[in-house]
This record gives sequence, C-alpha cells and structure tokens, in this order.
Amino acid sequence: MTTTTVRTKGPSQKFDFGQGLLYLIAALVLLAIIVPLSFSIIGGFRSNSQLAADPVGLPDPWVWTNYQTALTDPSFYGWVRNSVLIALITTALVLPAASLAAFVIARYKFRGRELVFALFTLGLLFPVAVAILPLFITLRQTGLLNSPLGIALPQAAFGLPLSIVILRPFFRSIPRDLEDAAAIDGCGPLRFYWSVMLPLSRPVLSTIAVLTVVGSWNAFLLPLLVLIQPEQWTLPLGINNISAQYVTDTAMILAYTTLAMIPALIFYFIAQKQIVTGLTTGGVKG
Amino acid sequence: MVISDPQVKVTRPNRIGRRAPGTAPWPVIFAFLLPALALYTLFVLYPITQSIRYSGYDWNGLEPLTDWVGLQNFRDAFADPLFIEAITHNGIIIGLSLLLQIPFAVALAVLLTRNLKGRGVFRTMYFAPFILSEVVTGVVWRQIYRPNGLFDQVLAGVGAGDLSREWLADPKIALYSLFFVISWKYFGFHMVLILAGLQLIPTELEEASAIDGASFWKGFRYVTLPLLGPTIRVSMFLSIIGALQLFDLVWVTTKGGPVNSTATMATYLVDWGFRRGQFGFASAVSVIVFGLSLIVALLYQRFVLRRDLEGALTT
Repeated sequence: MTTTTVRTKGPSQKFDFGQGLLYLIAALVLLAIIVPLSFSIIGGFRSNSQLAADPVGLPDPWVWTNYQTALTDPSFYGWVRNSVLIALITTALVLPAASLAAFVIARYKFRGRELVFALFTLGLLFPVAVAILPLFITLRQTGLLNSPLGIALPQAAFGLPLSIVILRPFFRSIPRDLEDAAAIDGCGPLRFYWSVMLPLSRPVLSTIAVLTVVGSWNAFLLPLLVLIQPEQWTLPLGINNISAQYVTDTAMILAYTTLAMIPALIFYFIAQKQIVTGLTTGGVKG
Repeated sequence: MVISDPQVKVTRPNRIGRRAPGTAPWPVIFAFLLPALALYTLFVLYPITQSIRYSGYDWNGLEPLTDWVGLQNFRDAFADPLFIEAITHNGIIIGLSLLLQIPFAVALAVLLTRNLKGRGVFRTMYFAPFILSEVVTGVVWRQIYRPNGLFDQVLAGVGAGDLSREWLADPKIALYSLFFVISWKYFGFHMVLILAGLQLIPTELEEASAIDGASFWKGFRYVTLPLLGPTIRVSMFLSIIGALQLFDLVWVTTKGGPVNSTATMATYLVDWGFRRGQFGFASAVSVIVFGLSLIVALLYQRFVLRRDLEGALTT
C-alpha cells in the first residue's frame, strides 16, 4: 500500500477533505451497525419507562433486574444446552461425510463423478423451506420429532453442498506427488485420506466446522416446526417465544436477546478469519 | 516432495498390486461417498421428490394420500391474490437488493480499499450483523421500530421527526422497513465478498490508469468495475436466491402482516402447511418456490455466470 509516491495528487488541503469525507461515511455506517446492537445491550439495563422516555442515552439508574431474571431462568440454560448439542451433532455429521465425499470427488476418476458433484451443488439452491413439509412427515414417521437428531440430521444434509463446494478445490490443489509417494509407501485411499489429506486440510475443515456451527446456532425454521415441546427448544426458538411472551416488556426482551447475541458475537470475533474466508473463497475464485 | 518421473513410472504398474493414482475400485469410491449420499438422499432429495408427489393431492398431512387432484393445487395457488402478492413481495425485495443493497456494498468495499486507518475495524464491524441469527435481528429491530422507539427518536434527533411512521404496522411501508433490516444484516456479507474480489485485481492496472490521467471515477468505471464483474454477479445471484427464500426475519418481525403486506412465498407456504394443515396445497407452493429458484439459477448460470467459475455458489 506504499504506492502513492509519484502520483500527482491535488493540493494537500483538498486531499484531506476527500479523506475526511471517506471517514465520515465509514463512521456513519459504523454507527448504523453499532447503535442497534448497543441499544439492545444497554436497553436490557433500562426500565420500560426509561426506554419510552429516552432510548438513546445511558440508563439512569442502571436496572439489573432484567438480566437477573434472564440469567436465573432455567429454561434459558435449557435453550443454550439444546443449541450447543444440536450444533455439535450437526458438525460431527457434516465433517466426516463432506470430507470423505469431497475427497473422492476431487481426487479419483469414476463414472458419474460429475453427476454426483452436480447433485450436491444443486443443493445450494434448496432452502430447508422447500422440503420442510415432507421432512416433517419423514421425521414424524421415524420418531425424530422433538429430538435433537431430528434437527441435526437434516441440517447436516443441507450443510453438505456448501461444505463439499469449499472442500473440493482444496483437496484438488494438494499435489499429486504426495499421493504417489503415499502409494509407494503402501497407502490406500483411506490411509491417504486419513493420514495425509486430513492433517493438511485442518484450516479448511475448521472453516467448515465454524460455518456449520454458526448455521446451526442460528437456524429457525426447522426447529420451529420440529421442536414442539418447550424443553427441546433451541435459543432462537426461546428468544422468539420471549418476544411474544413479554410483548409489552421491551427491556426484558432486550435482556434475553442480548444474552443470546453475545455468544454469537464472541464466536465471530474469535473465528472471524474462518468465517470470512470460508464464505468468500467459495464465492470468489481464489 | 520431488519425485523424479522415471521413478514414478517404475512403481506405477499393477504388478506390485497397486493401482495408478486417480483411480480406485468402485466399492471403495462408493464407501467414501456413502455417508454423504445417504444423508443427502434421505433428508434433501427424497423430501423434495415427496413435495412434488404431495403437490398433486388434497391432503391434510395425516390421513392416507388418496385425494388426487392433479394440478388443481397449482391452479389454486396462482388464482390466490394473496399468493401473487407474496411473489410480488419477494420480487420487490430482489429489486431493491439489486438496486440499492449491492451498489451500497460495492461502494463501501471500494471505500475500504482506500487508505483508511482502521479499515480492519470497519470491515469487522460491518460484517458483524451477518453473524447474528435472524431471530435476534428481527426481535431487536421490532423493538427499534416501535412507535416512539429508537428509530423515531433518532429521526427526531436529526430533525426529521415528522418522517415517523408505524414502521411495521403500516401496510404501505412495512415491507420497506423489513428491507432496511435485511440490508442492515446482509450488506456486510456482500461487501466482504466484493472486497475479496477487489483483492484479485492487480493494483498495477488501477495505478496505470491513474498515471494515464484517469480520474478516480474513470478508473473505477472502466478498470475496476469490469474486472469486478464476476464477483458482483455472484453477489447478485446469492442475493436473488436469498430473497426468493426469505422467511425467518419476516416470521419473527411481522409474520407476513399487517394484512399480508410482508408475506413472502415461504411464509405463505408455512402458513398453509402448518397453521391450516393443507399439506398438499402447501407442497404445491414449495414446488413453485423450488421451480423459481431453479429457473433463476439456470438462467443465471446460462447468461451471467457461465464464463466465470465452477463452484461459485456459496450459502
């Protein structure tokens, strides 16, 4: 980025003005992001009358009862537990299934390979909504309604296309020489996959794990229709219900919602690299 | 890992009992594919074919499938003004996304490639809403949009108080209020996608055009933008597919109301399937959604994406 040397820029005053404008725009957009988020976080510390009078400034006095209620609500922890469980199962299903399939699709010639890959990429177009009714019937028939598996299995299936699309080019890029060397050492496909490919692809696999966890953590439609018993609810279902239950108690809603939002944000700040690269490498030829 | 060619050739023949790399017996291939194929068939392909089957019946989801009605469900759907309205709403969201949200994302991406201090922070924060669930987003914005809530107060604060509306309760503007939330949540994703595309453009090209005396705008218009084409097209495609399937955010904030003004195809589908128990009819609707997505994807592949790339589709 040190390339602005010889270029004929206007007088420095004009330059600063332009730069200032850029900062102004960037800062305004930043505000538009931060204000709603902080409204939720700080709003949880207000009373409803404070919210009505002045939703913008700092609470006066700070009200702790909303967060207290939420944090001592056993059902809140139930939702968190269910969400974590479902996210873990989903990821545990996606990682092996997607990597095994992407591995042979990327590395081996076989009849119908392109068809199989096309079938999986086609899945990028199907939202759960399109299949939700028969999925519901299938889950009812197999007794998976109201069970974490009833969410994790379909979620994993719907997560396969993106995972395979991300994994395939990576597996492809690993030099053939490695495979030859492994073959000389007597490695069959399974050994090669397990001892060479997987260790090499740890970054991509972690990207996929992160994307799967995020997708599962945020899922709404499938849990909404499949998890009917409140004890089975996930965090989004719980929050949706809270917002109906406390219709007029905005401050309480905000406290619960903030508590649901914070783990996702922390996770994002930790795993930002995986999330961003995972979502963009699929979309932009790298 | 350098293995000279002769060596490889020596070790390749099958007499040692080993196959040349790149091939494996089909049972091995099949075993590798099996977990993914089984999951995918059972929970994606099979349900979708079932949707098509159910769509020909008048069925409440419980009794045996007996009441074959042919294409009647499809005729009913297209004859229902509420369904046509729902499709129109999806269309409006698509139009607005392409006209406003994506250009905005492009502009911000270009802005962030300028010499700004702290652009990493800007990028991180712009992308942050994308990570939140639609439920959290919807619930928070519902509170923000309340009469005399944060949105109104901010408007009043900048001296535009008389713009205040019933943001989610006025059928004339509820859809646009929702679009604002959608853009709030998703522009960062598109921006990051476009930033990644911008990084693929060699800076020499932009520098060359600047040295040739092209203004920033001209350089952008004639150098950057054409080279950014493929990325923008991917972005547009993802935006269209996302808008066709819009459900969560609408369901959480307005459930499709008031008076159907924010209904989408997906909310219409869930409403008929699960609230009114018309599984056959709702399946027909899901086949329509699926068909539209497929048509859009094929057209896009055919006319827009074709030359760009394989495996271009993310989320």
